[in-house]
Amino acid sequence: MSNSERPNQLLRNLNAKVASIPMILTALVVFVGGTAWTVLYSFTNSKLLPRLNFVGLDQYYRLWATPRWLVSIENLLIYGVISLLFSLVIGFILAALLDQKIRFEDTFRTIFLYPFALSFIVTGLVWQWLLNPDFGIQRVVRDLGWTSFSFDPLYNSSIVIYGISIAALWQGTGLIMCLMLAGLRGIDEDIWKAARVDGIPMWKTYLFIIIPMMRPVFITTLVIIAAGIVKVYDLVVAQTSGGPGIASEVPAKYVYDYMFFAQNLGQGFAASTMMLLSVVIVIVPWAYLEFGGKKHG
Amino acid sequence: MRYKFLTAAFAATAALNFAGPAAATDLEVTHWWTSGGEAAAVAELAKAFDATGNHWVDGAIAGSGGTARPIMISRITGGDPMGATQFNHGRQAEELVQAGLMRDLTDLATKEKWTEIVRPKSLLDSCTIGGKIYCVPVNIHSWQWLWLSNEAFQKAGVPMPKDWNEFVSAAPALEKAGIIPLAVGGQPWQASGAFDVLLAAVGGTDAFLKVYRDKDAKFAGGPEIAKVFKAADDARKMAKNTNVQDWNQATNLVITGKAGGQIMGDWAQGEFQVAGKTAGKDYTCLPGLGLNEVIATGGDAFYFPLLKDAGKAKAQEVLAETLLDPKTQVAFNLKKGSLPVRGDVDLNTANDCMKKGLAILAKGAVIPWTDQLLSQDSQKQKEDLFSEFFAKPDMTLEEAQKRFADIIASAD
Repeated sequence: MSNSERPNQLLRNLNAKVASIPMILTALVVFVGGTAWTVLYSFTNSKLLPRLNFVGLDQYYRLWATPRWLVSIENLLIYGVISLLFSLVIGFILAALLDQKIRFEDTFRTIFLYPFALSFIVTGLVWQWLLNPDFGIQRVVRDLGWTSFSFDPLYNSSIVIYGISIAALWQGTGLIMCLMLAGLRGIDEDIWKAARVDGIPMWKTYLFIIIPMMRPVFITTLVIIAAGIVKVYDLVVAQTSGGPGIASEVPAKYVYDYMFFAQNLGQGFAASTMMLLSVVIVIVPWAYLEFGGKKHG
Repeated sequence: MRYKFLTAAFAATAALNFAGPAAATDLEVTHWWTSGGEAAAVAELAKAFDATGNHWVDGAIAGSGGTARPIMISRITGGDPMGATQFNHGRQAEELVQAGLMRDLTDLATKEKWTEIVRPKSLLDSCTIGGKIYCVPVNIHSWQWLWLSNEAFQKAGVPMPKDWNEFVSAAPALEKAGIIPLAVGGQPWQASGAFDVLLAAVGGTDAFLKVYRDKDAKFAGGPEIAKVFKAADDARKMAKNTNVQDWNQATNLVITGKAGGQIMGDWAQGEFQVAGKTAGKDYTCLPGLGLNEVIATGGDAFYFPLLKDAGKAKAQEVLAETLLDPKTQVAFNLKKGSLPVRGDVDLNTANDCMKKGLAILAKGAVIPWTDQLLSQDSQKQKEDLFSEFFAKPDMTLEEAQKRFADIIASAD
């Protein structure tokens, strides 16, 4: 590239560049600006209204000394591992089963995807009833004769987060299945034929040939699931409101509660900054590895 | 409730669209009174205000105060204020007032002689910030009540308890009869409120004030408060089988005799009334848990955001006057189950429990409530602690008390 061409480079596609100015401004002001503002005010003692009265790291010391925040973090980790693992595994297995050229594939696909059409609030309410010991599954099984049967995850502090995960999996797995199915359909038919000629068993073909080929699909899926995990809020509110006690609290709910119920913006901002930090720690190295090389390619 | 909210939203839009040169001024009033008894009570306020030639636009927000307050506050701070809004008087709106977003009512108060009418005086003090009056108290709600189901105790074959201690010793008999001794719903404020009631009843008025008003953390960690935690432990054991969330569902357990009792504010009375129950026959109430007969003067008040529109500002004044009108006070409070804020009104039709409350009020056995003494931040921390305490049977009393003392130490 010679020096004389440089001004041209800037002016190339000028219309498109002008047209994208509003979006660039929105991104800078709303996203970057809002983030910077939040981080700045997390170092203040703002209560109901934002005030620039700096108190250093006080909000963060308080945050990490609060049992409820620690419970929230622990819950997020458990919930995250469960949703990541199970929605990928179950979603993939369902997709692989649907991919066997079965009859009524459309019907099954619709059934599995249907829960995704419901919001987390509706999902949460439905599962709140299903898991209620007096009305739901426990009652039905007891009425069938197993009177000592006990299944009340939402009312047991030590397993409540698993009860929430069940509802999340029920809602989200269908989407993962569809993504996986699309990935499977993208695999060339000839690869299957070649594997069959070589006498490779089907499970081995999936594990060592198909899955590595589906890497881009898996990465997209991973991002979608991970984003869903960090922001989980409505499902918990609808199912348990964080209860029993504080056993099913999650970080997003802590942020909301302290910003608005407790009228303590500083504390809420500190918590949301910690959430941002954890996302950044996970995303940045990964994004660097994934996209960093492409600039030169 | 949802339907009501929709109609309110519709009404609000309609009002915006067709606001022509009408004589009546529309004033939107937001509140969180949506349960059966509460809705009936707020309808009385609307009726009284409409009778003045203005129009009450109902802005009910379903959920509880915890859900509604953030919505109200963000509307006021966001530049879309309503005509008037409910808050619990005390410190909930403190910062809004300091930011100059609320209307100063001092002139109107002087003209109408509120200082002479409103009783007890502490109510108006809670509305006063920097010597100016910013809200109109409409009722007195006290938390200090134990509601007992007569049916449950008959079924268990034990006599009606006269105080908290007898209630605790009756608990095993209730449990044997398949009755939950104490109903405590899962909402965090219920556990926290129940503890505060125990603190005032078991610990006494002085202990209550020392902890919440003087914020004496050493005292809060001391042996006297340990007794209160012992009582809270009893309550926790008695409540362990309550599988409901909302307070009115918990009250419903008492109404239907599935639970022996509930520690809840006098707003629970509205639910008993809607269910057609009679005080003394179907249910019994023990103010101050029968141990320390005091009433906390918490309650609801209306705040008026500063508006530019002169017509609406005038309507705000009319509404403020209407709220304190003796007739409105009686009609509203009878339906709501709360006590009126003026002593000169006739409450012959009040039921047994309300009369007990009025008698205590007349004696002057009143204490300020936590809404008036603590910031929302400290309140929330307290809620987190006690909802965890009530849900976690293996949390030790020592640990809970230590954390309680820490909250008091950092309280503002």
